[in-house]
Amino acid sequence: MMLLLRLFWEFFKTGLFAVGGGMATLPFLYNISDSTGWFTHAQLADMIAVSESTPGPIGVNMATYVGFTTAGIPGAVVATVGLVTPSVIIILLIARVLASFRQNKYVDAAFYGLRPCSVGLIAAAGLLVVKIALFDFDLFHQTGRLLDVFNVKALVLAAVLLILTRGVKQLKKLHPVVFIAASAIIGILFSF
Amino acid sequence: MNLWNLFVSFAKVGVLTFGGGYAMIPILEREIVDKQGWASSEELMDYYAVGQCTPGVIAVNTATFIGRKVAGVPGGIVATAGVVFPSMVIITVIAGILSNFADIPAVQSAFAGIRVCVCVLIFNAVLKLWKAAVPDKATLVLAVLVFVLSFFLKPSPVVFVVFCAAAGILLTRLGVRGK
Repeated sequence: MMLLLRLFWEFFKTGLFAVGGGMATLPFLYNISDSTGWFTHAQLADMIAVSESTPGPIGVNMATYVGFTTAGIPGAVVATVGLVTPSVIIILLIARVLASFRQNKYVDAAFYGLRPCSVGLIAAAGLLVVKIALFDFDLFHQTGRLLDVFNVKALVLAAVLLILTRGVKQLKKLHPVVFIAASAIIGILFSF
Repeated sequence: MNLWNLFVSFAKVGVLTFGGGYAMIPILEREIVDKQGWASSEELMDYYAVGQCTPGVIAVNTATFIGRKVAGVPGGIVATAGVVFPSMVIITVIAGILSNFADIPAVQSAFAGIRVCVCVLIFNAVLKLWKAAVPDKATLVLAVLVFVLSFFLKPSPVVFVVFCAAAGILLTRLGVRGK
């Protein structure tokens, strides 16, 4: 019961402070991982992949997944309800004064500061994924060889994906699930 | 009856929304504007814009707006329940299945590959957000500062959100904005 309450509270905070959509919940989830130990950074990276490749808003998918991993089906429900509760309350309040909210100069000024904040937070969370996906610090600590820091296969795949998703016009519009599926197959074929 | 319609319509939107964000607009347009006539295209864009700059998941925020317009506060709650329902079912099933296969080497290799892809997807998302979020020098400083401090000190992100909202107001008042 305590676990479910804590889960609700953590996701309530996430829903209240994550501004800028699904990806903005990411830094909060890393923070939950660090402060509770309910799941590891590697598990979180896998959850991102699943959330991106299944139907539904990413933020909601992530909450359900984290909740399920932490406390089964009740956890999935509690985490999702926790995430959406602040949204629902805030939107119901704002809906009455929608026009003046949009034109309010303080709201506008606050979001001028919040947008770069969101980008910085998501980038930092992304770097945590880079750390476990493209590098191998454990192996380096064991062997002491500097070259072992680099996960060469992964770095090559990352470079190829980057070129494909940014450089090739026809591929830019493809859904992420295509690249995720291709990466899974490459991971198996080249035993990542 | 209206509430049931709301739930079903938004459950459809939930199933058809792959990844969220802008991918959701055409689906909302079809279901909410064309089929149900619950809101005009302009209203939808307004809701979406405000949904983007209020806390929480954009899809949920938009659902609450439209639900409230159609059937008051209960409508807002039911529409939200509708939009999250498919996610909860689908993710719970997948998570349940995956947790049984997580120890198989092939599955681990697949996820190691997928994680590489996730890096690239996040990088692309950051680049896309960057264009809209960092129009001038002050926001550049804020973004870099948040990035560095968040990565190395790992405080709760709440700290940054509160600080940056205040900084946004202060910087605007000081007239630094846009320079």
